[in-house]
Amino acid sequence: MAGTTAATDSLSVVLNRSMDTDVALAKRLAKDLDAAFPVLVDAHQDRLYTIALRLLGDRRDAEEVAQDALVRAFRAMRGYQRERVAALRLRPWLASIAVNLARNRRRRAEDRQPPNQLEPMLDTGFDLPADLRSGPERRADRRETQRELAEALLRLTPAVRTAIVLRHVDGLSVAETAEALGRPEGTIKAQVHRGLRELRITFETPALRPPTTPARARAARLLPALEAIR
Amino acid sequence: MTTMTLGDAGLEAALRDLRVAAPPAVGFGALVDAGLADRYAPIETPLGQAFVAWNGRGVSWIGRADDGAAFEARFRADVGRDIAAADEVPERLGRAIGSRIAGNRRVRIKLDLRGHTTFEVAVWMKALEIPHGEVRPYGWIAAEIGKPKAVRAVGTALAHNPVPLVVPCHRVVRSDGMIGQYSMGGPDAKRRVLSSEGLDTRWLEEEAAAGHRFTGSDTTHIVCNPTCRDARRVTPQHRVTFPSLVAASSAGYRPCLHCRPVSLAA
Repeated sequence: MAGTTAATDSLSVVLNRSMDTDVALAKRLAKDLDAAFPVLVDAHQDRLYTIALRLLGDRRDAEEVAQDALVRAFRAMRGYQRERVAALRLRPWLASIAVNLARNRRRRAEDRQPPNQLEPMLDTGFDLPADLRSGPERRADRRETQRELAEALLRLTPAVRTAIVLRHVDGLSVAETAEALGRPEGTIKAQVHRGLRELRITFETPALRPPTTPARARAARLLPALEAIR
Repeated sequence: MTTMTLGDAGLEAALRDLRVAAPPAVGFGALVDAGLADRYAPIETPLGQAFVAWNGRGVSWIGRADDGAAFEARFRADVGRDIAAADEVPERLGRAIGSRIAGNRRVRIKLDLRGHTTFEVAVWMKALEIPHGEVRPYGWIAAEIGKPKAVRAVGTALAHNPVPLVVPCHRVVRSDGMIGQYSMGGPDAKRRVLSSEGLDTRWLEEEAAAGHRFTGSDTTHIVCNPTCRDARRVTPQHRVTFPSLVAASSAGYRPCLHCRPVSLAA
């Protein structure tokens, strides 16, 4: 498995590098918040938007949550002592702000409509740049997988979903995820394990996938009949 | 159909693949809310179309320009922040500015006056106290903010007012009563704005030219700035004018408590 090891190594190099940058960035923020904040926005807006989108499934909500998270971070840092800003672990800290805002928004939405009508608005948000290595078919396949995975995420319980999104979509370590969510590392590990298992089940047995589109709903209804015929 | 069986590594890779880029509005919106960038849109004013810029801390700039691009260029050069066009002025802000221009002093408009001196801000805050349709001399502002000798500096501060019309620098005139300069387009523009507030600028300038600097009432023995609403209620047969406060005072007149006229050094 030399390939996997190499991939893991290069991933951890990337992560270590971004953590180094964050330490430097926190110091710059402590020194001159106004000057350094645009750098923070550049470095973290995509991940905060991704976290919000994968938790909520709606692009407009995700835009608002990501923007609001950045602004709240700015205001919080303005009120902090310099030493406290310099010591911030930006990745988990910013993630926790986005997660809390997304949770509040989801609860408000649930208050507005009865839960049984709360079919999450599925908006998986892919206008990714085309993967240059693959042809159009693989690209379409990949996009379909992403769409289904994004939908499957939205069907996990909120606690499991946030753990999976922070740990595996955003790529925080278990320790950082635990810090961001204020849960013990053991809990995070269990929730991530459970989440991966549920996602895998969804993928391995297409017929068990919850009906999300009329076509699929029909297929799901027809399936027992077909089984009976056979 | 994607009937794939994903192993752990495959599933984890697929989850990483769910990362997406934020739309540009996210980052720029955050910078605007934090007051580190601005948006702008056109507004209607008594001088025709102008542009207003704002951020999370308040209105930062109002100015006339040939078009949005020219406004942006001036803003960037003067303020040094990034700026982008908005579709329109936020409804509440637009209404507040319109209402303020129409003379309602109660409506609150947050102003972003970072980067200016406390003296400049003091001058602008004092100008905000001048009622719609009235004017005061530069020396009045200087005296009111406790710097009676800083008449020239008051003029410079008003010329640098970043939010004309909202901060009514057009209501401050030369100490000899002449109309004076105006940053939104010179004396003519200033006359137009004052006329839109119901002030007869020709009368104002004629009075100034005739040396009538203060107006009193021979029934109350109170002396006012000529445009003070109390002075304008005085009927012609009771109206008296003075070239100076000293002259008014030696005739037994006391200064109005509303417009607080001040003696002006030369």
